Amino acid sequence: MRNYDKLIFEISKPDRIGYKLPELDIEEKPIESLIPEEFLNKEELNLPEVSEVDVIRHYTNLSNKNYGVDTGFYPLGSCTMKYNPKINEDMARLDGFANIHPYQPLSCVQGSLELMYELQNYLCEISGMDEITLQPAAGAHGELTGVMLIKAYHESRNDTKRNKIIVPDSAHGTNPATAAMAGYEIIEIKSNKDGLVDLEQLRQAVGDDTAGLMLTNPNTLGLFDKGIKEIAKIVHDAGGLLYYDGANANAILGYARPGDMGFDVVHFNLHKTFSTPHGGGGPGSGPVGVKKDLVPFLPVPIVKKDNEKFYLDYDYPQSIGKIKDFYGHFGILVRAYTYILSMGSDGLKKASQMAVLNANYLKEHLKEDYYLPIDTIYKHEFVLGGLKDSLSDVITLDVAKRLLDYGYHPPTVYFPLIINEALMIEPTETESKETLDEFIEAMKNIAKEAKENPETLKTAPHNTVVRRPNEVKAARDIIVKYEG
Amino acid sequence: MKVLKGLYYTEDHEWVKVDGNYAYIGITDHAQHNLGDIVYVDLPEVDDEFDKGDAFAAVESVKAAADVYIPVSGKVVEVNEELIDDPALLNADAFENWIAKVELKDKSELDELMSSDDYESFLEEEE
Amino acid sequence: MYPYVPHTQKDVEEMLKKLGLNDIEELFNDIPEDVKLNRELNLPKAKSELEVRNRLMELANKNCSVSKMTSYLGAGAYEHYIPSVVNHIISRSEFYTAYTPYQPEISQGTLQYIFEFQTLISELTGMDVANASLYDGGTAVVEAALMSCAYSKRDNIIISKTVKPDARKILKTYAHAQNLNVIEVGIDDGVTDLDELSNLVNENTAAVIVQSPNFFGIIEDLEKMSEIVHKVKKTTFVASVDPISLGILKRPGDLGVDVVVGEGQSLGIPLSFGGPYLGFMAAKKEYIRKMPGRIVGQTEDMGGKRSFVLTLTAREQHIRREKATSNICSNQGLNSLAATVYMVTLGKKGIREVALKSTQMAHYAYEELTKSGKVKPLFNKPFFIEFALKTDKPTEEINQRLLENGIIGGYDLTKEYPQYENSSLYAVTEVRKKEDIDKLKSVLEGIL
Repeated sequence: MRNYDKLIFEISKPDRIGYKLPELDIEEKPIESLIPEEFLNKEELNLPEVSEVDVIRHYTNLSNKNYGVDTGFYPLGSCTMKYNPKINEDMARLDGFANIHPYQPLSCVQGSLELMYELQNYLCEISGMDEITLQPAAGAHGELTGVMLIKAYHESRNDTKRNKIIVPDSAHGTNPATAAMAGYEIIEIKSNKDGLVDLEQLRQAVGDDTAGLMLTNPNTLGLFDKGIKEIAKIVHDAGGLLYYDGANANAILGYARPGDMGFDVVHFNLHKTFSTPHGGGGPGSGPVGVKKDLVPFLPVPIVKKDNEKFYLDYDYPQSIGKIKDFYGHFGILVRAYTYILSMGSDGLKKASQMAVLNANYLKEHLKEDYYLPIDTIYKHEFVLGGLKDSLSDVITLDVAKRLLDYGYHPPTVYFPLIINEALMIEPTETESKETLDEFIEAMKNIAKEAKENPETLKTAPHNTVVRRPNEVKAARDIIVKYEG
Repeated sequence: MKVLKGLYYTEDHEWVKVDGNYAYIGITDHAQHNLGDIVYVDLPEVDDEFDKGDAFAAVESVKAAADVYIPVSGKVVEVNEELIDDPALLNADAFENWIAKVELKDKSELDELMSSDDYESFLEEEE
Repeated sequence: MYPYVPHTQKDVEEMLKKLGLNDIEELFNDIPEDVKLNRELNLPKAKSELEVRNRLMELANKNCSVSKMTSYLGAGAYEHYIPSVVNHIISRSEFYTAYTPYQPEISQGTLQYIFEFQTLISELTGMDVANASLYDGGTAVVEAALMSCAYSKRDNIIISKTVKPDARKILKTYAHAQNLNVIEVGIDDGVTDLDELSNLVNENTAAVIVQSPNFFGIIEDLEKMSEIVHKVKKTTFVASVDPISLGILKRPGDLGVDVVVGEGQSLGIPLSFGGPYLGFMAAKKEYIRKMPGRIVGQTEDMGGKRSFVLTLTAREQHIRREKATSNICSNQGLNSLAATVYMVTLGKKGIREVALKSTQMAHYAYEELTKSGKVKPLFNKPFFIEFALKTDKPTEEINQRLLENGIIGGYDLTKEYPQYENSSLYAVTEVRKKEDIDKLKSVLEGIL
């Protein structure tokens, strides 16, 4: 049924229903007697009318046009598309977790609070930070929270001339966007030839207007920045703070902690490192950890324990305030907690080991046919610069599209911006050697095709339900809803 | 890449065509080529006033968004509304399709801009 | 061995050999000794699935769920019935284990349901365009405020005190970071004070933000407010709404609202102790280039076949970087699928029926509870499914007694609105039965 091409609106038929609600067991009153007529909509809404079977068939057919981690290999760099354990899903759906209201009395939600309390502690231990807020809804939201914490710290010291955040040129676009949202100007510093922070440039960039530096380590190229202690010293000596973007934390679990590297604020992506599903684009979760000096500014509430009773602590007079409704994405927290219990300290370390082994194994094979700008030991991911032998006009986009025909989700392409024709590959630890070997073979075949039959690549994909949808047309002739 | 004689140019790839106390402003052929298929032009409003170097318009393609910086200070007197419905005009002919007409505030600012020859060698250097 | 890590010892040896290494530790030699953690993480050791399950069940059982109690809590999160189909569809792993649909060829499932979601939200709110979702109702209010500031190039945001307190708090947090001003409008018998609003709106106003039904459950007069707001050009009128209410109430788009946001939890998403929920945003078309978040558009593929892609991406952080108006990337994908399935399953008749039945039950509860005079209405204004009550006793004391009777009482209003002493907010939806209300009434009257 891959050819199914209907919208739900196109299978609607008057008088069909897909639900049944209980009859009212009270006397029904005319609605106009309950709510004044001036507020009532006299028109019928133009919503679909479909049966339950229609709904199930329609969305099952749509799901068949999708590709998930459960479908196959998903080496999307920087996204950590690891397997999403099924028990996580079951646990988040337990009645005692799924069906509790955020404003129930604390005595009714002790189990939730205990889970959150333990998760806070686990994440503190993993990151080497002193206190954690579980509130941020996503990575970008965690970043924003973190930068607001940095701002609050400087403001509390009346150090108000610090209006700049330093970001390396390899950073994800969210970093500068986040800093701007927190009211900062951005200074971009170039990477050195090894793909790491150029210490000289950093020394020149810092000053008494430096609020902080945002960094991932390992960085977007997949390289661990050995100069991290020196970087931290330069920024701290200038009076700035260090922000750790946890996008790449999967490489170093149990090996190194941002807190020990000198970072003051860190966010984790539970949907990357801690196996909660990406959901086709959320919901994720982006907890933020801080060192002692920044604790007073955390968003409220934080879960605390007092005599075996758990409670929500709002007593942070210097808090930046609230950054999200209620207490965060609790359903995602349950999944991440389940994962940490399943893996344990030993399993998390094993995960990082195998993630790094997988990346380096792929790199070692693929560098034979693809350009590897920096040939060294990588962490959990690495970046190729397109085909090695680029006599033809085959570009990275063509390689990515051809991978679809081979049944793979392509790597991240054209990012980071500092590598031309970038292919950013992150296999994660949940992929077997057999899967990697098959992927290597596909990539090698594609390299061969690029020489022998470039047209096959330029016109790829050939086997997908749609082929290279026209993005220019979508942006020029804007259709963002069904209009019959 | 096409460069037209008789216009003034900036390093950010804008052109200025002077007409008495007024100037037409657009982006160069080089700029449209680098952006690729242009899908949207964010025009300023008539009567808006800008200082030289202000971002006064924006041009978007699928893969990029570029601010257009006003090469000379002045007040917008007319905008090219055709670009709203058909942004691809900039791809078709970037010099024919100006973005805005501006009343010049200080004609001496023109002296700081590049001539077509200067701009051509600037493009060569950039390559 | 670990079930999610497939490597055998032999695999590891072979792979290391390819790399010319002998030991896995050599892969971590690039981490300097002085930052290396030279001890094991202080966490429990790996557990079996059975042990993990038992621990999680133990924790879940320490909570009292609303399926075992009778709850009257609302205040931004509502207990509506969720048809089984919703969970079945969102449990399809082709949906939930996928990433953001960057590769349209293998993401048409995700892209199409987002397109359907945008269509449904646009229709429900009466607006031209909707985005693919935002984090939650509270941050959606904030994103609307920031969008209005970018749209008008102004810094003042006016927000009614009848908007839910969390949303106003989040707005203040964000506004502080960006040097924007938040001005609150007072309350007049449970609704926004229109005279005060009228005095506050001027040419520095970027946005006026209200909520309807408001935090007290009362329906605000959006039409009248729209007249006030639109006396000034380019000021954006933002309304936060409960999507279920639009099953019977006039659509904000038909009343002059420019941007509609809201909490979509009512649309098939479990209470889940406050999240993940679903923020949504719909707007008139002139706002589309300033909208935060993802937007899906229809186009054609190489063969002319209808297909869907992420569009207008030049608005977003990965292209605009520091010039983007929002740093939001993807956010509530799977929850927008839940809402889509809920909306189409209930459909034209069902959304209206849920709204009508909830209204009937809520108004029945209101009549019954206030009959004896021991419990008084706090306001005298038309409400949807939630209402504020006032008694002679502190809410905490009442709620404790209710709890002993298996009832979770209303939201204590006094915490956020100290001027309303001994007052609480009761929400009643279609899941309540007559006997629930009658029990609440008798227990409550026994307490008072």
